[in-house]
Amino acid sequence: MQKYDIELINISKSFGIVKANSEISLSIAPGEIHALLGENGSGKSTLMNILSGIYTPDEGIIKLDGSEVKFNSPSDSIAAGIGMVHQHFKLVDVMSATENILIGLPGGLFIKPKKATREIQAVADKYGLKIDLSKKVYEMSVSEKQTVEIMKVLYRGARILILDEPTAVLTPQEIVSLFGILRNMKASGCSIIIITHKLNEVMEISDRVTVLHKGRSIKTLVTSETDMTELTTLMVGKPISLEIKRTDAAAELIKPLLEVSDLTVLNADKREVLDNMSFTLSSGEILGVAGIAGSGQKELCETIAGLQRAASGDIIYKGQSIIKMNPRDIIKKGITMSFIPEDRLGMGLVGGMSVIDNVILKKVQMQKGIIVDRKAGKKAAERMIERFGINTPSTHTIVRKLSGGNIQKVLLGREIEMNPELLITAYPVRGLDIGASYNIYDILNEQKSKGVGILFIGEDLDVLLGLCDRIMVIHSGKNMGIVDAKSTTKEKLGLMMLGQRPDDMAS
Amino acid sequence: MFRIVKRQDMSSRYSTLLRIGSIFAALIFTALIIILLGYNPLQVYAKIVEGSLFSKFRITQTIHKMIPLITLSLGCAVAFKMKFWNIGAEGQFYLGALGATYIALNYGSLPPYILLPIMFVAGFICGALWALIAALLRTAFGASETLVTLMLNYIATNIIMYLQYGPWKDPEARGFAKIARFSPNAWLPTIFGVQSGWIITLILVVLIYFMFAKTRLGYQIQVIGENTQTASYAGMNVNKILIIAVILSGGICGIAGMMQASGVEHSLTYELSAGLGFTAVITAWLARLDPLNIVIVSTLFSVLLQGGTYIQTALQVPSSIAGIIQGVILFFVLASDFFVNYKIIRVKKETPDAAVSFDEGK
Repeated sequence: MQKYDIELINISKSFGIVKANSEISLSIAPGEIHALLGENGSGKSTLMNILSGIYTPDEGIIKLDGSEVKFNSPSDSIAAGIGMVHQHFKLVDVMSATENILIGLPGGLFIKPKKATREIQAVADKYGLKIDLSKKVYEMSVSEKQTVEIMKVLYRGARILILDEPTAVLTPQEIVSLFGILRNMKASGCSIIIITHKLNEVMEISDRVTVLHKGRSIKTLVTSETDMTELTTLMVGKPISLEIKRTDAAAELIKPLLEVSDLTVLNADKREVLDNMSFTLSSGEILGVAGIAGSGQKELCETIAGLQRAASGDIIYKGQSIIKMNPRDIIKKGITMSFIPEDRLGMGLVGGMSVIDNVILKKVQMQKGIIVDRKAGKKAAERMIERFGINTPSTHTIVRKLSGGNIQKVLLGREIEMNPELLITAYPVRGLDIGASYNIYDILNEQKSKGVGILFIGEDLDVLLGLCDRIMVIHSGKNMGIVDAKSTTKEKLGLMMLGQRPDDMAS
Repeated sequence: MFRIVKRQDMSSRYSTLLRIGSIFAALIFTALIIILLGYNPLQVYAKIVEGSLFSKFRITQTIHKMIPLITLSLGCAVAFKMKFWNIGAEGQFYLGALGATYIALNYGSLPPYILLPIMFVAGFICGALWALIAALLRTAFGASETLVTLMLNYIATNIIMYLQYGPWKDPEARGFAKIARFSPNAWLPTIFGVQSGWIITLILVVLIYFMFAKTRLGYQIQVIGENTQTASYAGMNVNKILIIAVILSGGICGIAGMMQASGVEHSLTYELSAGLGFTAVITAWLARLDPLNIVIVSTLFSVLLQGGTYIQTALQVPSSIAGIIQGVILFFVLASDFFVNYKIIRVKKETPDAAVSFDEGK
């Protein structure tokens, strides 16, 4: 088998005035797993999009087996044996695994399903991938879909595999099996580039690691000769503590705040997306919610916030039922509840409007008179920019033009400035760099110690364990149990996420 | 080989220049068509300007088109800001004219200072109710407002036609199918030789500008237009605001109809609008829904319309050339949006193993 060896030499790429990559060099040895580590916006994705032919570099050279190549389109890159598995899967739901793998391949008008299935199965066996080729994509779990994506790339003959944040959507058990697959592939001679910002995964799976920071390659290290502290320092550009502090609210602040009982919510197809869910939340407490993406997190938040109607059950806020209220009623009742949704520009913010206009969004509903008070809005926006360190050219800048972290801070800042008693946050650090994430954790802890009750929908189990007081695990809209964050383990949470109840487990 | 690249850095000055440039490009393109038709484009363009601006009478005629066109564009813009695609300005115009005409024909003896305000209110209410049909069908059943408002246009013109040939036919017109002339009490007075509707139009321009720049309603309409999810998240009553805005949109178009009937025609015919309700959809869009731009774009289009009728008599050139210019301008300006967001760069196709240095490659 031919051994590949990729070299990227002094790659630069600018978007307008932003230098996404400047003089980045990276080389991949045959049969190695190379981690690309960096915060959001450090240029990882741009670099890999260059390698997979989606972008063309402004400057720099790509060498394959020692000779220079130019990729003008993704097909050039695929032909050279490079395949990328994107973070967001590109699969057709109503088709089977086989059909998805064959889509887009050149060839005749007709496919020969039996022959193709045999060939795909052979590739799967070679790398030890477990895959049911006749299963339709809509019946698959996230991890099965990812396997199909990997198969797609391997079947096209890729020897160099790029994985963009592959573990972001997986449970701990699924991550273990993915890493098994990657090791098999490495053993059969594939080179793998894995993009990530999770340090423990870098330490576990990679042979070498290249750290990117602000578009530059800082250093390439042999994984076994480094440690997490060094990598963090390189990645963030300064030493930073990785410990999440858990603060405690004063005992007299802890009172019952929210009580959800037997809550059932149906989707448009009349299927239960929340199924008889019950839990309580006190003021001065952070209740974490863990679960595979799409287990009912969104519906839970939106139903409490009054944006979705419940089929049955009740939500009691400080002794008052709010189950029948819409956001307008909730605001009018003087209930200070803040909801920070996961898709910030889809709900919560108005992307095409200025920072000021986004800051006043909720106040406008409560103010008197017909004139919008933008003067007060400007003051509030300036105060917020100062307090949360929002990086924006001015208060008149269109929110969509800010970076992800700053967009999140505008939303979080607006909600916290309203002094809520209940704070619902869905994936508040998604898309944020480490510094900004710890900033957000600090803000949440500060709110908690002031007696705010926080419902924290999370995805990173380490963060959930470090930040929350209790963790509720949900699976297909059901509450699998609430565990104490100080005494539980990641493995236990992982099993609960897959649908096991804590009482059924042998401890 | 060419590649399309997304622009990241677009100054507003550049995009304005690009739009103005696209209008010139449209004029050049139309010039080619005019040459193909066997006329001299420079002469045609000169006559369009001459025919719309070079005498007091022609200027008055142009302004008589500007007043309804600006008003109708404002009406469209209010709905469009909310992404409610009201293309029923034409129908709302006719219903507004109908309401005003009903008052004028039945209460023509009232003194003008009572009669005209009543006609004004009637025009607003009728236009608003006509638009409200589409808003209610949308909020209740999710019916597409584009289709509903479009179809309501044809119903509206045919109602006027029915009235003109039927119940409202003037018995004193010796068999001509026409609606009676209003009594002079129901005429909008002229100021500086032009019907006084221009004052109302200018007030509307300022009011709508103020509404979007300063008021809660204007703010809420814009939030809903951007993102209904965020709007309900923030506690807005989306359907209520939608209905208010549509009433406003239809009402303004109705006022345009009232002014045209009372100020220019002194009567009602099924050709009163001359299609301006459809032109307004284009002008509102070209003006990017900005009230001040609407004045500029509508002026340009009124010159084209008025000049178009003039070239027909002066040069025996079909007036539809003016229509072609309008259409081509719309296409070019819409196409220029692409260049606001993207640019095309040239790349040389190279074989994968040809080692060319990047300085040459550029």
